[in-house]
Amino acid sequence: MTFGRMETEFRAKREQGRKLLVPYVTGGLTGWQQAIRAAADAGADAIEIGIPFSDPVMDGPVIQEASQRALDAGVTPLSIFEEARELEVGIPLAVMCYYNTIHHAGHERFAYQLVSAGISAAIVPDLPLEESGLWCAAADAAGIETVMLAAPTAPDERLPRIAARSRGFLYSVGLLGVTGERLSLAASATALAKRLKAVTDVPVLVGVGVSNAAQAREACMVADGVIQGASVVRRLMDGGPEAVGEYVAEVRAAITF
Amino acid sequence: MSILDEPSAEGRFGEFGGRFVPETLVPACQELEAAFRDAWADPIFRGDLNQLLGEYAGRPSMLTECHNLGRSLGIRLILKREDLNHTGSHKINNVLGQAMLAKRMGKTRLVAETGAGQHGVASATAAALLGMSCKVYMGAVDVERQSLNVFRMKLLGAEVEAVQSGSRTLKDAVNEAMRDWVATVSETYYCLGSVMGPHPYPWMVREFQRIIGEEAFTQCRELLHGDDPDFVVACVGGGSNAMGIFSGFIDTSTARLIGVEPAGGAAVGRGVPGVVHGMRSYLMQDEHGQVQEAHSISAGLDYPGVGPEHSYLASIGRAEYPTVTDDEVISAFQLMARSEGIIPALECAHAMAWIVREAPKMQGKVVLMNLSGRGDKDVGQMMEILG
Ligand SMILES: Cc1ncc(COP(=O)(O)O)c(C=O)c1O
Repeated sequence: MTFGRMETEFRAKREQGRKLLVPYVTGGLTGWQQAIRAAADAGADAIEIGIPFSDPVMDGPVIQEASQRALDAGVTPLSIFEEARELEVGIPLAVMCYYNTIHHAGHERFAYQLVSAGISAAIVPDLPLEESGLWCAAADAAGIETVMLAAPTAPDERLPRIAARSRGFLYSVGLLGVTGERLSLAASATALAKRLKAVTDVPVLVGVGVSNAAQAREACMVADGVIQGASVVRRLMDGGPEAVGEYVAEVRAAITF
Repeated sequence: MSILDEPSAEGRFGEFGGRFVPETLVPACQELEAAFRDAWADPIFRGDLNQLLGEYAGRPSMLTECHNLGRSLGIRLILKREDLNHTGSHKINNVLGQAMLAKRMGKTRLVAETGAGQHGVASATAAALLGMSCKVYMGAVDVERQSLNVFRMKLLGAEVEAVQSGSRTLKDAVNEAMRDWVATVSETYYCLGSVMGPHPYPWMVREFQRIIGEEAFTQCRELLHGDDPDFVVACVGGGSNAMGIFSGFIDTSTARLIGVEPAGGAAVGRGVPGVVHGMRSYLMQDEHGQVQEAHSISAGLDYPGVGPEHSYLASIGRAEYPTVTDDEVISAFQLMARSEGIIPALECAHAMAWIVREAPKMQGKVVLMNLSGRGDKDVGQMMEILG
């Protein structure tokens, strides 16, 4: 099997002993492009761009607020794609979008829009394995890597099937709940990452509830890397792009063993 | 194939339905499907539920013929009196079934969304009866306009959270209930209030509400000396009271099935297929696929989507989904009170409003309307509107 851009880079970096760091930035939020550049300069390996949606059921208060702000400012998937094209940060880009955004655009058309925006991958949190056929076919055909999510509630037999369908990396959901910062890393985060590592060689990244550098380090003891969402978006809203850069540098240092 | 069969293994009715949920909830939906299948095939569960429906909810609900209104409209108007159920609406039929199922599954906590508060009140009631804790999510706008029901839920021991996100109505209450469920899935049962959401909810809730149609079919045959009504009319929010009463007539009669939507929340009339709240169905959305806010005088119908079976019935032409305006609803609400001595819930006043408007085209016909709930909860809101 030939890997897409993101998975090829992730596997090569893992080979070199580097832990993978993927910050999440809400597309269209004030300063989002500068934040992505700052994150790339500070050691991010890829960026997850959130496409704001009216009904983000997997998101907690911080990302909900960021999405709402972007929507209120008139941001659309297409305006984000336009601006993403200008980024040229040298690392792969993924989108995180709810399925209705894809469904409404049409599977083939959406995949094509991603390709033309220079985006490598898509993460669709409300599209589980059983419903993913149509989108995955369109994405595969266009060369878009579809990252699947695995959750702590999955029985053992389900995990290899999810891993087999995942491209780019495998998203190991860190806890039972929505995105947002927590005081400590849930025990389920490392437990699930361990279960996944045992059944797949696709890079396993922990996301949802990895809230600071120390928690990222803890997760990376087991996983191949982390996704940082609410902790990044909060810094962008409170402190601007520089705060994001500083934070990503801090996490990078913490996960450099 | 009949629509009253089970949906496909993927939970599809035609091209509608499915299970579009976060991965965390997939095992929970599968577990629920298996548990419901098992319970529904178990005569002891069915017997216990029927006993509760009879002795606690007050079933069967009766039919009432509206002679005054019928005479002035030139039709025969028959009401199915779901307003007389315990807690005041059809919602109790579904909730007793789901709460018993939750108990059977070993769950200790119910979460529910509510619009008008009727489903929240029914959930709080069942939780009190069966000894479970209950948390109800309700849009902040609805907390305002249905404050009586908020207090009822609290009296019944439930916790009510006012949802401040998005349009702060039913759609956002569903989002918040789903977020709660994602975080607490091992001990929590999500008691969904309509024929919507991910598989198996649309199918399961329809099965629990089918009793409305089954009773009404037999009662009509008796009242009409073997005949069936020409029209069966119900309001549609998510669509549970409509699916309940339609179920009795879809296969067994040629009655025209009319699901009345509010003009400001016309999922079938103004929507295109979309995916939200776990299902593929008609959905009001903008050109970028953002879900639009519904606007209706009735909190229970203020929803931009609709259950997938209704999308299917609309797509095959077996049911029709016209709309009525808030003004037509306010008139119908008053008309019903004055001519029949029945104060309807604002939701089913939508069905009445359509009947009043279309009566000239239905002269001499028999019209069965599902009176899904009583209007006590709406009196405060109407006081403000009518001054
Ligand atoms: C009396 C009554 N009728 C109808 C509805 C709408 O729900 P459904 O379309 O599921 O019957 C509600 C919802 O709150 C209600 O309270």
